[in-house]
Amino acid sequence: MTALLNIENLSVKFPTRFGEFTALDSIDLAVYKGEIHGLVGESGAGKSTIGAAVIGLLQSPGYISAGRVLFNGDDLVGMDDDTYHQIRGDRISMIFQDPQTSLNPLLTIATQLIETIRQHSNVSRSDARQKAISLLKETGLTDVETRIDEYPHQFSGGMRQRVVIALALCTDPELIIADEPTTALDVSVQKQILALIKSLCAERNIGIVLITHDIGVINEITDHVTVLRSGRVIETGPTADVLGNPAEEYTRALMAAVPRLDKRLDRFRNIVSDDELNSDDTDWHIQDASAAYASQWLLSNNSSQQRPSAKSDNNHDPILSVSGLEVTFNSGQPGWFGKERGFKALTNINIDVFPGEVLGVVGESGSGKSTLAKAIVGLVNPSAGSMMFKGDDLPPGRHRSRKHQARRQIQMVFQDPYSSLNNRQTVEDIISEPINFYNLSTNKTDTRKLVASVLNLVEMPQRAMLKYPHQFSGGQRQRIAVARALVAQPEFLICDEPTSALDVSIQAQLLNLLKDLQQTFGLSILFISHNLAVIRQMADRVVVLKNGQLIETAGTEQFFNSPSDQYSQQLLRETPSLTF
Amino acid sequence: MLSFILRRLLQSVFVMLAVSLIAFSLFRFVGDPIAQMVGQETSVEDQENLRDRLGLNDPLTTQYGRFVSNLSKAEFGYSYRTRQPVSEMILSRLPATLELGAISLIISLLVGIPAGIYTALKRGALSNALLIATLIGISVPTFVIGIFLIYLFGVSLGWLPTFGRGETVALGWWQTSFLTLSGWKSLLLPAITLGIYQLTLTMRLVRAEMQDVLKTDYIKFATARGINYRSLYMNHAFRNTLVPVVTIIGLQLGGIIAFSIVTESVFQWPGMGLLFLDSIRYVDIPVMSVYLVLIALMFVAINLLVDMLYLAIDPRVRLKGAHG
Amino acid sequence: MTTWWRRWSRENELAWLFLNNRVAQLAALIALLCIGGAALSPWLAPSDPYDIASLDIMDSLIPPAWSDIGDERFLIGTDDQGRDLLSAILYGTRLSLLVGLLSITFASVLGVTVGLMAGYLGGRFDAIVMRIADIQLSLPAILTALLIDGIARGILPRDKHDSLMIVVLTVAIGLSLWVNFARTVRASTFVERNKEYVQVSEIMGMHPLRIMFVHILPNILGPVLVILTVDLAVAVLLEATLSFLGVGVPPNQPSLGTLIRIGTEYMFSGEWWIVIFPSAMLITMIISINILGDFLRDALNPRLR
Repeated sequence: MTALLNIENLSVKFPTRFGEFTALDSIDLAVYKGEIHGLVGESGAGKSTIGAAVIGLLQSPGYISAGRVLFNGDDLVGMDDDTYHQIRGDRISMIFQDPQTSLNPLLTIATQLIETIRQHSNVSRSDARQKAISLLKETGLTDVETRIDEYPHQFSGGMRQRVVIALALCTDPELIIADEPTTALDVSVQKQILALIKSLCAERNIGIVLITHDIGVINEITDHVTVLRSGRVIETGPTADVLGNPAEEYTRALMAAVPRLDKRLDRFRNIVSDDELNSDDTDWHIQDASAAYASQWLLSNNSSQQRPSAKSDNNHDPILSVSGLEVTFNSGQPGWFGKERGFKALTNINIDVFPGEVLGVVGESGSGKSTLAKAIVGLVNPSAGSMMFKGDDLPPGRHRSRKHQARRQIQMVFQDPYSSLNNRQTVEDIISEPINFYNLSTNKTDTRKLVASVLNLVEMPQRAMLKYPHQFSGGQRQRIAVARALVAQPEFLICDEPTSALDVSIQAQLLNLLKDLQQTFGLSILFISHNLAVIRQMADRVVVLKNGQLIETAGTEQFFNSPSDQYSQQLLRETPSLTF
Repeated sequence: MLSFILRRLLQSVFVMLAVSLIAFSLFRFVGDPIAQMVGQETSVEDQENLRDRLGLNDPLTTQYGRFVSNLSKAEFGYSYRTRQPVSEMILSRLPATLELGAISLIISLLVGIPAGIYTALKRGALSNALLIATLIGISVPTFVIGIFLIYLFGVSLGWLPTFGRGETVALGWWQTSFLTLSGWKSLLLPAITLGIYQLTLTMRLVRAEMQDVLKTDYIKFATARGINYRSLYMNHAFRNTLVPVVTIIGLQLGGIIAFSIVTESVFQWPGMGLLFLDSIRYVDIPVMSVYLVLIALMFVAINLLVDMLYLAIDPRVRLKGAHG
Repeated sequence: MTTWWRRWSRENELAWLFLNNRVAQLAALIALLCIGGAALSPWLAPSDPYDIASLDIMDSLIPPAWSDIGDERFLIGTDDQGRDLLSAILYGTRLSLLVGLLSITFASVLGVTVGLMAGYLGGRFDAIVMRIADIQLSLPAILTALLIDGIARGILPRDKHDSLMIVVLTVAIGLSLWVNFARTVRASTFVERNKEYVQVSEIMGMHPLRIMFVHILPNILGPVLVILTVDLAVAVLLEATLSFLGVGVPPNQPSLGTLIRIGTEYMFSGEWWIVIFPSAMLITMIISINILGDFLRDALNPRLR
């Protein structure tokens, strides 16, 4: 059988101000009819570039510097744009990542479908409409006859992605490139969309290139997989073979870095670090600064610090206790007419966190998990309920004074490492700000020494303090953010999706770091994540939220082995996992 | 949708009340109205009588109420400078300004929008030339453009008149220059002068918006579906640039009215701008304040129109009301 | 070759873009020459055009030195009062730039402060301030400036008015341009406010003023810089327009706009130089500023990269 798509020796380059950057380096790839071929790799692997090169929409100024892209034997490279444009949509189509932005907001679903169908085949408007309706039904949309004339903003994310798929299918293409088609969706919707893609592939006998960063997704639906790294093919073959018996060290490490749902590991395998440090960075030292100094400072200056042995000891009183918490947001602006409409983000939440414990909070988007964190730190004002911290009443944000001790004792690590550091400050300024703000150091020399030491503690070179955030990768920035939280000498740390913006290998490093810090300093942590596998690795107990309500609270082992609530069971079932 | 319109209408009323308050304070507090009306030799007693008769000793709220009710009845009072009724003065100048503004708006849109789309889509010599032209267009002051057009076509070549409206025809009270050749000839240079700056703005804006839209996912997706380029650019991309473009066109109408002051001054065009300029030079407060109110009224009307256009263009605005 | 600026430009994207953009470099050079020439006009100019005693009516309307009836004392000729046009242009540029810079400073300080507070504090303050900004935005700058000027004429006695004219102009132009700063700063602040580094500061209990001016402000200087440049051109243009209309600077201290207005009266009789040279100066200056503004806009706009 000849391949539907045959990529031979493909190289793509991007000219930049530092010279040419090679995004793809001599890629070979073959995709057959009726199979799903997965492309997996971390950011910078070049997986999306392959998709863009195949459909001929490489982002300027990137260009194909060598190689061929054979589609049914015809070379697409160097094809004139008119002919290429005929093929686009007609024989090769594409599914984009974010359904919120990939549909034209000003045109109805019907208009967009009919136009695409009629673009590539000579059918009447009403026939095209009939075809559109049956396609939408096929993708699992309900009430199609009336909803087809609605606009994209009237559909939910998952529904929009079905429309996107219908649009990609409506011309009966032979090849579909799906670029992270489920990344923007919740797990339950992801499961449905993946099932849909798989069944369409089989029924219509089309070839699908599925681009994803998620090995779980690869494992679940692909027939073949190609592992990419830095624009090169690491390994390729049938999915079961590659994942079941990886030939390359990188593939093995990549899989090991994925948090497992079925068992808790003490530490993750560390993938070969790609934060390459030169000697300039490692040789630079502040006198007497070291990770040990930082540890000692953090432990000694805090008398109330819990001993690690105190972990999960229920004889203690909770360090944080939330009862009957309720948060209501006003939707939109209070109108001129009509009453204020409220949206309940959280309803009657009761949570206890014990000293030295990691409490995991899971939930899908809109479950209110971030709102919970914000209510505790005082960014959001609860409409009802009360909070206790270390036995004292913890006033809501509006009434919490700027000098309140909890403002130091509770620290937070955020999700997005690109927005959580002020880009106009040096790392030294960023980390020394809490030290100065809380008066934790008496002189400048000490502060500097402390900043350098705490950087070592989070496994960063001391010289990092001279640089600006934009000079670091996402994982490094996140460690700087952890360092900033640590120097406040907190007793309670809130981590809101601290790893969800990171590649798995970097995630593994950061989770290892957090585990170490938690054990050394006996921190109490509220760990929020949408990723059940991550929660399993980090948490002692688990809390499940859904639509602002608390569904279940349980010990981690108990929860993952036999969740009592139906919704929890469903969540666990739907999370893609590695079973190798 | 209905509540959207109602809310906008209500806002407009508030804006008009605010502007009329400014106009009233102008009228009442900038300079002494009595001192402007009477000669030096009038006795203090007579002045006080006049003050009483005109109601200037009434409480301010009463005066403001009277001011607003007079405005709404189009009773604008008398000019300090010419002693004519302000309403007559304005009415005689209004057609000239509106005709000039209309033609320059048409010029700026008819040339600016296609040129903006073209420069957003194509690279090349023509595109670069147009971009350089826009740079000059926003940099050369309107009055300098006017002067050079006068010099070239009026003085050097002698093809077109350099001032005034030419022959006009009366349609009721409306004096139009659209019906005579000399009227059109006179209109040409001022309209181009006034239109060029707005044209440049339109073109730059359409280009910038179009470039932004072309980078969106939905355009990439439509390209990946092989939608033909004509529909891709016009039906998909350009339509999405309309919301900001309509906003700016609304603002531009304001710009045209404002810059008509300059153009009218260069070409001695007998419109409202020239009247306003004279009223500023001679501190003719009644004319100034009425001009202000009328301009505000125009702006409010334009903004309402723009809002209605949003409703027509963007389903997200249109359907927001329907969903509550 | 790794000179220091090349190394620096590797770190700094803006510098790199500038070093690779000949047009922007040329524009910067011209703008610097204009500013330098204007600032040094008392030393560069052949004569002092404000010194009425030195003027000789016999010298009026002399064409440029290279024409047959030119006078070598006056390189580009004289105006109707016998002023050396070159000196008048240098002094006029200084005046135009002075008003432009002062008013843009005024507008930016006011606009940035209001925009920061509206964007960060939100709520009622934001609603009221932005409503005012919306209304003012629909009134074009030139109209606002004219109105403020008109009111100043009504309030101030005539003799004071001339001496305060520069202040009045600065306020009039500044007040008509603050909205651009306020709206942009507000929009950028809105984006920054929701970023996590700001939330970190809020959790710590930092004072709002410190958050606004120490943390947010440095992060939104890019767009402010663009508006600063673009609106400097607008301010210079506005001043020229107001002076041209005869409501700007007093006639005994002519700015470029005033010179052009005087020039138009003589244009029909063939004395072209009085209108040409000031216009050329004005246009060159504004174009070079606008090129820089366009460059900054493209360089600092992440969407276009």
